[in-house]
Amino acid sequence: MSTPFYVSPQQAMADRAEYARKGIARGRSLVVLQYADGIVFVGENPSRALHKFSEIYDRIGFAAAGKYNEYENLRIGGVRYADLRGYTYDREDVTARGLANVYAQTLGTIFSSNAEKPYEVELVVAEVGARPEGDQIYRLPHDGSIVDEHGSVAVGGNAEQISSFLDQRHRDGMTLAEALKLAVQALSRDTNGSEREIPAERLEVAVLDRTRPQERKFKRIVGRQLARLLEADGDAATPTDTPSDTEE
Amino acid sequence: MEANPRSTGRLPAAFLTPGSSSFMDFLGDHAPEMLPGRRVLPPVKGVIEAPHGTTIVAASFPGGVVLAGDRRATMGNMIAQRDIEKVFPADEYSAVGIAGTAGLAVEMVRLFQLELEHFEKVEGAQLSLEGKANRLSTMIRSNLGMAMQGLAVVPLFAGWDVDREKGRIFSYDVTGGRSEEQGYAATGSGSIFARGSMKKLYREDLTEQQTTTLVVQALYDAADDDSATGGPDVARRIYPIVTVITEEGFRRLTEAESSELARSILERRLEQPDGPRAALL
Repeated sequence: MSTPFYVSPQQAMADRAEYARKGIARGRSLVVLQYADGIVFVGENPSRALHKFSEIYDRIGFAAAGKYNEYENLRIGGVRYADLRGYTYDREDVTARGLANVYAQTLGTIFSSNAEKPYEVELVVAEVGARPEGDQIYRLPHDGSIVDEHGSVAVGGNAEQISSFLDQRHRDGMTLAEALKLAVQALSRDTNGSEREIPAERLEVAVLDRTRPQERKFKRIVGRQLARLLEADGDAATPTDTPSDTEE
Repeated sequence: MEANPRSTGRLPAAFLTPGSSSFMDFLGDHAPEMLPGRRVLPPVKGVIEAPHGTTIVAASFPGGVVLAGDRRATMGNMIAQRDIEKVFPADEYSAVGIAGTAGLAVEMVRLFQLELEHFEKVEGAQLSLEGKANRLSTMIRSNLGMAMQGLAVVPLFAGWDVDREKGRIFSYDVTGGRSEEQGYAATGSGSIFARGSMKKLYREDLTEQQTTTLVVQALYDAADDDSATGGPDVARRIYPIVTVITEEGFRRLTEAESSELARSILERRLEQPDGPRAALL
């Protein structure tokens, strides 16, 4: 005769959270930073075709860490949500806040429903404003909570360490090259504190650039443009970076 | 209906179901009443009166293609709108101009733009130009019921073919029949005159500047002989919309550029009302 085990709700949730966190930690971290002209997404991604960052709508971008098939599914859901909403009302009525709410509800319901396994994903939804004050960045952990972020945010396995590294060094009004260099620096640090080199071919970089004349502000930065930014960066950003380097 | 775009709850299951990359297919499954072609029409006697857009012209040149339209919408013998816009970017590398029932046509353009954008976002790649042209065909075909009641939409589609590296023009009939045009094309009530005008002026080796001049000449000739087509309105500063699509993507001539173009043509027409002449032999 089998007796069903009693598991307290606290324990059940803790187990599910543990499960999701472990899944997310297996993937590589990524960072999202504000810079003077917009928001930049930087991550290490050996694949050219399977993206971690993508466009959702005119001013809204999406970044995800964790299990590819699960966040891809959420990404397409988000594109459908945004396109349907824009078609029903107007393009202006599609906002990052609305999308973040929908994702939060979706992730939250999945997380607390016993019928489904929790999603092993952590998302970032970002919207670039007409001016830097209008930028919005939302981080959505696996359990469906929403965190309204400013300046910089990191998600994925090593997120906490990277976040604190970024918090100390990120400042408002950085140029794209400076922000990109800082992001790469943050991603290059391993859990044990040692640094490793991430070659440009393994970097996935995209921006939401408010200065783009088109309505759609999302743009991938690849090839020569990326190499140029990483290089230009080396010369231009060194002096401004010195103070933070000496702090360490 | 499970699918309420107005709610902000959890994403409905349909949103997370793997499926086609087409926004129209998604709408068809999820909110079919929002698709123009799925509407049930009440029986109507006679023709429904609604504003109509008139003339759209296109011409290709070695580096790209030009698509332009006049600004008049008419309802019967009345001018319904003097500054309507009938030429729209479809995406980065293509544009669509519409003649026919203005309300339906503008709705179709919105859906077409979204269809291309949606595919691009979901797949991470653009449709081929041929694919885009075929998609537009399907949309016109779904409007056939309304076309039979006098609410036809007949677009002209032009774009830069990234793979073949040339500008291409597609014209349509009300049944969605699609045909690729060589060199130049026109649609709408003034198209007969515009086509005649371009036939005499068009050459294969025109520059971009010459091609924009050519299409505005054609629109002028259409307005000259077709009352439903509007010529450049100097008093109100309303000039034709001219768009150029090249390797660099879609570009619409600025207000200043199109006014200069229209004015220079107008000036020449003051001396020579019928415009430039082709050689007899």
